[in-house]
Amino acid sequence: MAHGTTEPKLYGLMAEFETPDQLLEAARRARDAGYKKFDCYTPFPIHGLTAAMGVKEAKVPWTVFTMGLLGAIGAFSLQVWTSMVDYPLNVAGRDLLSWPYFIPITFEGMVLAAAFGAFFGTHIYNRMLTYYHPVFNVPQFARASTDRFFVCIESKDPKFNRDEAYRFLQSLNPISISEVPE
Amino acid sequence: MQQTIKSPEIKEFPLFEGQQTYERITDQITSIPTDRHPMAWTIVFGLGLIGAFALLMALVYLVAVGTGIWGINQPVAWGFAIINFVWWIGIGHAGTLISAILLLLRQAWRMSINRFAEAMTIFAVMCAGIFPLFHTGRPWVAYWLFPIPNWTAMWPQFRSPLEWDVWAVSTYFTVSLLFWYMGLIPDLAKMRDRAKSQLARALNGVFALGWRNSAIHWMRWEQAYLLLAGLSTPLVLSVHSIVSLDFAISIVPGWHVTIFPPYFVAGAIFSGFAMVLTLVIPFRILYPKLKDYITMNHIDMMAKVMLATGWIVFYGYLCEMFFGWYSGNQFEQFLVVNRFFGPYWAAYWALIFCNGIVPQLLWSPKIRQNLLVLFIISIIVNIGMWFERFVIVVMSLHRDFFPSAWGMYTPTGSDWWLYLGTIGFFIMMMFLFARFIPMLAVAELKELWYKLYHGHNGHGGVHAHEPKPTAPAPQGGGQ
Repeated sequence: MAHGTTEPKLYGLMAEFETPDQLLEAARRARDAGYKKFDCYTPFPIHGLTAAMGVKEAKVPWTVFTMGLLGAIGAFSLQVWTSMVDYPLNVAGRDLLSWPYFIPITFEGMVLAAAFGAFFGTHIYNRMLTYYHPVFNVPQFARASTDRFFVCIESKDPKFNRDEAYRFLQSLNPISISEVPE
Repeated sequence: MQQTIKSPEIKEFPLFEGQQTYERITDQITSIPTDRHPMAWTIVFGLGLIGAFALLMALVYLVAVGTGIWGINQPVAWGFAIINFVWWIGIGHAGTLISAILLLLRQAWRMSINRFAEAMTIFAVMCAGIFPLFHTGRPWVAYWLFPIPNWTAMWPQFRSPLEWDVWAVSTYFTVSLLFWYMGLIPDLAKMRDRAKSQLARALNGVFALGWRNSAIHWMRWEQAYLLLAGLSTPLVLSVHSIVSLDFAISIVPGWHVTIFPPYFVAGAIFSGFAMVLTLVIPFRILYPKLKDYITMNHIDMMAKVMLATGWIVFYGYLCEMFFGWYSGNQFEQFLVVNRFFGPYWAAYWALIFCNGIVPQLLWSPKIRQNLLVLFIISIIVNIGMWFERFVIVVMSLHRDFFPSAWGMYTPTGSDWWLYLGTIGFFIMMMFLFARFIPMLAVAELKELWYKLYHGHNGHGGVHAHEPKPTAPAPQGGGQ
């Protein structure tokens, strides 16, 4: 690349589409062309898009499951420990391990921890909790939250070559193609 | 990209009105917070603000003087505080039903009211929480209710339904807030992208947490959203069940019945839908743009849910009478007679009138389409559900076992002051919500619109675009 050193680093090349179907087709073809580091941007979740991109993961469900399990175990152990070990209260010789009475709080503890897992898990995996991202540099990108559908091939991709990627995107017949500066 | 929304198989039940496009859905809803607000907004918000200040003053007075300013005493020690707590918590339940249970049941009509109803849930639970907190008499040591090690070296009584209530309500509030915020993030990102002022861009940008509409993010967002719905569904059922156990675990006549948990949950949904209607009908008038999304069909569905849950509640009343008779227990039998003809007979018959008789008007499709009548019915149901809690709390306590221990309960001005104050606070919060946050879930509505009309005329107006490269074409090789 014959760019000077002052040129900002390239984050990727971005193409803009008008309909979800064009984007689905673009994602499928990007995957088939062997691109690994690319992402789509859509105003609403589109069923089948990640499948077309070849992305498959279940990190969030597993996080929620683990957190829920920990929450239930934690809440139950807390009640057992406080009622049996730390401050046993003898009420007419009744059983200290009155576990049916501990179920409601065990359930609430599970739901609470699992919900935190769902919320924070999603945002941590998404690398969110940030204010800036290179894709915001593209002026048209503001419409990604309204009615336009984007695909961005990132320069991190081992197969990335600006000219080839440009020709590839052009073959998809997009509305526009933009450079995304880092 | 103008597309008509009339599609053959959904003609009978249109969920959108008007000529819709993705852009129009987005603009109509996200422009509400930035538009000029109607004069009525200022007036009602002002009334709510006065109410919220009254609430603050009522609480200051309460903390300074003590719960003696209320009408509570032996034998009725619960009074307004618990009546209003149960009433507000119940109202909140409709929001979670709409957002979680109807999502799992794949009810498409939930999409245009879920954000609104969830906001209602959060504010209603805030109002609810005030009552038991201050009913403890010493709210400054409320942290004793949580398992926080403190100088008393004691722990909460985990075997008490009152402690379960603390966990249920605080979990319910937290999870509702997370669920609501999760759904809100993409729409806040939209608000950020269309913001004109620096401040609006910065604030929406911070609260949108850097959302960039990435497909991979959407995938995780959908997974988390569905899981939160799955968690909220048993949660919401547990909350009012546990609230009912506060009563059912005791041996007080009229409280010691197994029907309480399902009957409380149904009552909660009944009153919650009434409150959604009470709010939606004036908001549609205040913001006419909402009419394209909250259509008469949505109103009709909500009225039907009210009718159905109203019958479950009424079945609960019949069961209570039957249990009283069938128990063979003279205290339980006396309770039923005392409800019919005792000193508080008016409250009982008001309850039967408001919750049993008035909702039967909803059988008529004409009435389900008449906004004024529906609004009045929804108010009557709200009042009826308040009387239900009055009947449960006061009537069982005031004449329990020994006639020598009987007493009467009369609410004082301070009781009413605090209660009306929470209503003012609730109105203030709802109006602030309408002022700053997109009232409907924009991304979910667009997704719904895409799903409903995709493949019919979803491509109708699309023109083949010449590529307009904004980046320089490759140098050297290529074209």
